[in-house]
Amino acid sequence: MVDKLNDDIGEEKRLQLWEMMLKLRLVEKKAYDLFLQNLIKGTSHLALGQEAIAGAFGVALKQGDYTFCTYRGHAHTLARGSSIEGVLGELMGRQCGLMKGKGGSMHLTDVDKGVMGSYAIIGAHLTIANGTALASKYNKTNEVSVCFFGDGTTNIGAFHEALNMAKIWNLPIVFVCENNLYMEYTPIHEVTAVEHPAADRAGAYDLDKIIVDGNDADEMLRTAEKAISKAREGKGPSLIEAKTYRHSGHSRADPGKYRPDEEVKDWMENKDPIKNYRAKLLDFNINEKIISEIEEKIKDQVEKATEISMASPIPEIKEIYTDVWANGGSEWHN
Amino acid sequence: MAQLTYRASVSLAIAQSMRKDQKVFFIGEDVGAAGGVFKATVGLLEEFGKERVMDAPISEQAILGAAMGAAMTGLRPIAEIMFSDFLAVCWDIVANQIAKTRYMSDGQINIPLVIRTANGGGSKFGAQHSQSLENWSMMIPGLKVVAPSCPSDVLGLMDSAVKDPDPVIFYEHKSLYAFKEEIEKTDLFIPIGEANTIHEGKDITIIGLALMAQRAKDAALILKDKHDINAKVIDLRSLVPLDLQTIKKSVIETGHVMTVEENPRLCGWGAEISSLISEHCFKNLKGPVTRVTTPHVPLPSADILEDNTIPSVELIVNEVIKKLKGE
Repeated sequence: MVDKLNDDIGEEKRLQLWEMMLKLRLVEKKAYDLFLQNLIKGTSHLALGQEAIAGAFGVALKQGDYTFCTYRGHAHTLARGSSIEGVLGELMGRQCGLMKGKGGSMHLTDVDKGVMGSYAIIGAHLTIANGTALASKYNKTNEVSVCFFGDGTTNIGAFHEALNMAKIWNLPIVFVCENNLYMEYTPIHEVTAVEHPAADRAGAYDLDKIIVDGNDADEMLRTAEKAISKAREGKGPSLIEAKTYRHSGHSRADPGKYRPDEEVKDWMENKDPIKNYRAKLLDFNINEKIISEIEEKIKDQVEKATEISMASPIPEIKEIYTDVWANGGSEWHN
Repeated sequence: MAQLTYRASVSLAIAQSMRKDQKVFFIGEDVGAAGGVFKATVGLLEEFGKERVMDAPISEQAILGAAMGAAMTGLRPIAEIMFSDFLAVCWDIVANQIAKTRYMSDGQINIPLVIRTANGGGSKFGAQHSQSLENWSMMIPGLKVVAPSCPSDVLGLMDSAVKDPDPVIFYEHKSLYAFKEEIEKTDLFIPIGEANTIHEGKDITIIGLALMAQRAKDAALILKDKHDINAKVIDLRSLVPLDLQTIKKSVIETGHVMTVEENPRLCGWGAEISSLISEHCFKNLKGPVTRVTTPHVPLPSADILEDNTIPSVELIVNEVIKKLKGE
């Protein structure tokens, strides 16, 4: 019998990954509930079903590394260790929010944790992530920059500009395409010249073609660790295409009715990263009591953070006029 | 005393900043080995090497994105966009990312970067390589907008722009690259947001920027010599922040105001100045604010067409005479 507990990942890291993914799932579900109660306004793009990708990178990255994500970035922000009340508070427009209500759901930023922003215009942040990677190279330090984006991003110019630049300058960066099969409401294959929107473009930039099951947390962790090590060792950029699926629609306004029922059912029932990982942990003979204790702990954390967020005051109106400039103000003439 | 061209002052200004601060690096298309298409960055690669003077591909979004990301970590990049017209292909990075990230992050992120770009007409390059686009950037909260009119201002404002903790767009005027000035001292610092009175007068206030400031000054000399009109010429030097106090003070003295702008009329920077003057100095005005601009057309290419589109010294002289003497 294979000693499953002492393989390359091991029990400790698996439980860490389990806790991480569960946190991303439960906070996202809470965000959905708060929407339904109209306590969160605006829009929101949930990453339900895609937790293994952000979760794996969250476990694999070190303090000081930089991450960039999209408007679907609640999970990626939490995965770096940002507080739950910081995230939920921002969604609810409270003072305890990461940006005290200045940014909202689509722009979560927590520089102390290496969360260098969530970007809501497709493609831009790939070029900006090159900049933090360039800074690490320029300063001869060894941080790694990681940039998450969706399949739809592979058809915009900035994606191609960024990959080319990362390669020619051998930057310490990992580009992670979360291919959830749909570009907003449109199946990605209907609008893309190649089958694998990111991986099939890798060759054009002299990068390896990397495709991974983004819902298999162990495989995702192995892939993340390999690419991060490569970047940290000065061996240049990677482009990973992780196949996944979002459980909900594109955004708050989208019930996702354009997806076939059978397809949704298959991904929800058979390919849910969290359900499958729980089964895997049991299969690895990890004590169910430990697994359940983690579940209870996270549930408790989410509830407490929700209470803190709801009790947190709303921003003061004078905040409108702060922080345009580094002097803290917004004046444009004397 | 040494004579310095505007072109040479650009490379000198960048070099001085790079010598002073290891955090400053320079990135752009053809800026290193080629020394820039306007030869305004000659010698930088030789002095600072490839690590600090980086030749980039034709990827304006990637250039400004990389500069922004590096600035977010505390470096102080200077990025070149070869022609200001090309800002259109990376406007997302400028207007949505560089300008707004500080505010959206509640001040967690500073972006101390300088975007240098060759701006303006006079070279007969046609409508896509000649525009004056200062007004595009001045309307976006979060961007500082600088446009020097002479070599000493290039030196002093570049030093200021590089040291500024906020993003600065630095519009260099193509038709001024050959402009010469006697300079005593090259290590200058001019705070951004201080206008410069480049010709004294009490009859009218003429407000200009970059090439138009120089043309307004030339017009003022003619007005004084041949028409007995004393015009005060204010070179704004920056649109954001704007030196409203200097404008107000002058309007109170002269009561007559003219803006001279190289951009097409609609939503040009002079419209905002005019609005501010009517708000702050209405009772001091002896007549309406006059705006001299290009007409609402793309810039044509042929000599005679371009020359008659951009405000000339003669046009400024004639407009002032018409305004003051009704001729």
